[in-house]
Amino acid sequence: MIADLLFPMSPGILLALGGLLVPFIGARVARIYVLALPAVLLAYIFMLPDGSHGAISFLGFELELLRIDNLSRIFATIFMIAAILGNLYAWHEEDPVQRTAAQVYAGSAIAAALAGDMISLFVFWELTAISSVFLIWASGTDSAFRSGMRYLIIQVGSGVILLTGLIVHVNATGSIAFDHLGLDAPGAPLILLAFGIKCAFPLLHNWLQDAYAEATVTGTVVLSAFTTKLAVYTLARGFAGTEMLIWIGAAMTAFPIFYAVIENDLRRVLAYSLNNQLGFMVVGVGIGSELALNGTAAHAFCHILYKALLFMSMGAVLFRTGTCKGSELGGLYKTMPLTMIFCVVGAASISAFPLFSGFVSKSLIMSASGKEGYWFVWGVLLFASAGVFHHSGIKIPYFAFFAHDSGQRPKEAPVNMLLAMGAAAVLCVGIGVWPEPLYALLPYDVDYVPYTTSHVITQLQLLMFSALAFTVLMLTRIYPPELKSTNLDFDWVYRRLLPRQLLALGRAIDTGYVHVTNVGRTVIGAAISLSAEIFAPGGLYGRMVGTGNAVALVAILLLVALVVSYSAV
Amino acid sequence: MSEHSQHHSKPAGEEPRWLDNPANVKKIVYALVAICALLFVADAFYHKHPYFAAESWFGFYAIYGFVMCVGLVLAAKLMRVFLMRDEDYYDNDR
Repeated sequence: MIADLLFPMSPGILLALGGLLVPFIGARVARIYVLALPAVLLAYIFMLPDGSHGAISFLGFELELLRIDNLSRIFATIFMIAAILGNLYAWHEEDPVQRTAAQVYAGSAIAAALAGDMISLFVFWELTAISSVFLIWASGTDSAFRSGMRYLIIQVGSGVILLTGLIVHVNATGSIAFDHLGLDAPGAPLILLAFGIKCAFPLLHNWLQDAYAEATVTGTVVLSAFTTKLAVYTLARGFAGTEMLIWIGAAMTAFPIFYAVIENDLRRVLAYSLNNQLGFMVVGVGIGSELALNGTAAHAFCHILYKALLFMSMGAVLFRTGTCKGSELGGLYKTMPLTMIFCVVGAASISAFPLFSGFVSKSLIMSASGKEGYWFVWGVLLFASAGVFHHSGIKIPYFAFFAHDSGQRPKEAPVNMLLAMGAAAVLCVGIGVWPEPLYALLPYDVDYVPYTTSHVITQLQLLMFSALAFTVLMLTRIYPPELKSTNLDFDWVYRRLLPRQLLALGRAIDTGYVHVTNVGRTVIGAAISLSAEIFAPGGLYGRMVGTGNAVALVAILLLVALVVSYSAV
Repeated sequence: MSEHSQHHSKPAGEEPRWLDNPANVKKIVYALVAICALLFVADAFYHKHPYFAAESWFGFYAIYGFVMCVGLVLAAKLMRVFLMRDEDYYDNDR
């Protein structure tokens, strides 16, 4: 009975449940197991027929644990590929906690993308938050612990907001189905806010740079793939064509790159550029045309690969040198040439060089914005495209592997890391050269040719002149040097301003309290000393009365009583 | 880059690489300039499919890329004046 209801079971749930076995099988077997399991489940995704499966009843609602359609399939596919690459990259890792967390996290993200109703979505949404935080905490440092706490509060908070919106929505409509909502649907603003937090909308974005730079070498690679792209998926499902998202997305493409230029920690630079790439996807969702949504899905697919590749290469650098700071690196190409090459492939892909993956996916979004006539947004996206080349395409490989010679001569990355980077690099180039299989996976039919003379030349002009700008600024020493520093971002508000204000408020209350108690003490003290005076020996009420006087008083009273009783007779 | 405060040195006795020679770095810069010049001139020889009028201007993408990147870096540099703090700025928050 239950089997009938549950099967076919969601590949995401299977991966998450399968991940729970990891602690019981020992590191040696687990390494192979976590490669084989997602590989089998990847094949399984493609065997599942379109439609809704795995319905179960829960509190009177019909949960839909497995919905396969073009949109959910492409996200589940790339998530599963990312899980395989992340596990290969972490092959050398002994830590069962991280390995388990990575499977549960990836599995719950896939399960969320395949969920057809919002209750299941909420459950897996929260599970991604709870499982992924272990990848941050596993760093073991105090700052990683505190960063993980902030991450958890924000991620779980997003889930609570989602739940609130969901309750409002269900109360008004009676439906838990997760389909197109739009801003006008009951509860939709709350649901959009929850998605926006996970998608790192401007001002809601700092958890990303905060957490991804603190996670372990292998953890960051896994983290980079799932949470934010799950949010992109939910936006594409629920809010396609919401015009507000065009502007939010455009802002997202532009402002993080300013930070990326002056950020010293290269993993934080990558986190800022992740933020910027999400902006392209959000713009695609906002435009909402078939071309734009295809662009969003394609760009999410390519982005997961090249961003994982970039985080892998910087992770390898961190693993071998113990630092990821631009100010302490340089010249590593001499002893880490393969890592350098893979990093450059990732850099070329994110920069959308012709023959690399970003070129065939970003251009769908650019074209969609052009076609719909959003000239301002198009201009911002073009600026962001040049900017992302500037910091992710040039800065990352340049400061890590070239620039000034840091004198460090680390060993080349471990074989498993090289294999993972190599596989990701092959996929990046493969998609760039031969985009048709990716286009075939997209939600809508594709009628688009990325390789036109005009497109190739204009893109090369944009990129090469950006490189020229970098070179000129470098040679003239105008380019800001890599400096050990912290740059204030919006998180300053909740890490510094608000705590300081609350502290000041607390101090004010404390001072006020002290004043009040002081006044109280003075009053009470005065009362005590006054009463002590009054009741003390010799005081008003404390005076002793002489015995003779008392006898005289009694005698007088008796006399009065005698007189009264005789006169009454 | 000379702005970096810490001093690094190559391990003694290491063979110099091709890139260690400043003359070779200069060659790369010249190659980049040559590629840029070629791409700029190429604008005269193909048909554009513009969405917007600006795209039809000669060398639009090249100029836009260059100007915007310089602007980006200068703006980011300016941001440092207001936003840069010590590396351990947040470490004392508890």
